Amino acid sequence: MTASNVGTAGVTAARLHTAVDGFRLRARAEGLVDVAYALADSPIGPLLLAGTDAGLVTVAFDGENTGVLDELAARLSPRILRDPARLDPVRRELDAYFEGKLRDFTVPVDWALVGPFGRRVLDLTARIPYGEVSSYSDVARSIGAPRAARAVGNALGANPIPVVVPCHRVVRIGGDLGGYGGGLRRKEFLLSLEGARPRL
Amino acid sequence: MHVADRAPRSAHRLPPFEALLDDHAGAVLRFLVRRVGSVDAEDCFQETFLAALRAYPRLQDAQNLRGWLLTIARNKATDLQRDAARRPLLGDEAAASAATVDQPAESDGELWESVRRLPSKQRSAVAMRFVEDRSYDDIARAMSTTPDAARQNVSAGIKRLRRERA
Repeated sequence: MTASNVGTAGVTAARLHTAVDGFRLRARAEGLVDVAYALADSPIGPLLLAGTDAGLVTVAFDGENTGVLDELAARLSPRILRDPARLDPVRRELDAYFEGKLRDFTVPVDWALVGPFGRRVLDLTARIPYGEVSSYSDVARSIGAPRAARAVGNALGANPIPVVVPCHRVVRIGGDLGGYGGGLRRKEFLLSLEGARPRL
Repeated sequence: MHVADRAPRSAHRLPPFEALLDDHAGAVLRFLVRRVGSVDAEDCFQETFLAALRAYPRLQDAQNLRGWLLTIARNKATDLQRDAARRPLLGDEAAASAATVDQPAESDGELWESVRRLPSKQRSAVAMRFVEDRSYDDIARAMSTTPDAARQNVSAGIKRLRRERA
């Protein structure tokens, strides 16, 4: 199916843009957008940010990856629209964080994508102070599951809101960085940005 | 994104609505420019996509999203022309016959084809009820008739669709 099948009928790209923008405004005004998303630049590459009325639900690396949006459509709601303005508070905090001017994120978080075990792990992780690190087994012990270090690692790897929920602050005993959903290069960058030296 | 347990993939999964804008907004706007003219097309376009967004999570079949959007667009155009004409029945018939000659060359699903072949009042009522998820009161207002008549149009249309597709 090509556009020519329905005729061009004098619709310019600018015209289409105006019509679509008008729709976006009205969709937002009527509260029809369940998940809003935006792309943001960062020193660790483009980020895709997505939020619901409850708060920030996803920070994804490699912002172009549409698999993230498909996943959100399947798990939360398909009423997903790009709406950078709605993610502005998150973007402002991320910018400040990457400039070293913000240590604690205050934007609300929506845990809808996190299961009960993951929630315990990430709640605890969110309390590790800026510039410090903890180990997988420390986290496991703290949530009362001392033998679940591997499960803790999996829960951290599944963190849908990295950077803001600082799973990068969990490393291996002995200083090895361990793993990171966004790749070790990013984990290293974040830890050195925070001035953390993983010595345990 | 890394999510612990992935939702099962199915043929009925709906893509993010943003993808519908990317893929079909141009076709819908062009269709509306031809149907209602340049001046009214934009408002009709917005009404179309708003109605689609409202109904989207309940959509059962993601196979022919363009056909679905164009069905809504056609209906919005008919609403507009009816309002403009202030002669509901004639407006409806005129719009319906216009729709017949103005079909976009879409490979719509069979269901949409069947819906389109319904008599105009049944087609409008069925589309408003099931495509746009509007109430019978609302449909009655749009068709300048009573809620009972609107309900009857929908039910007659559904019966006919069932017969045709049995």
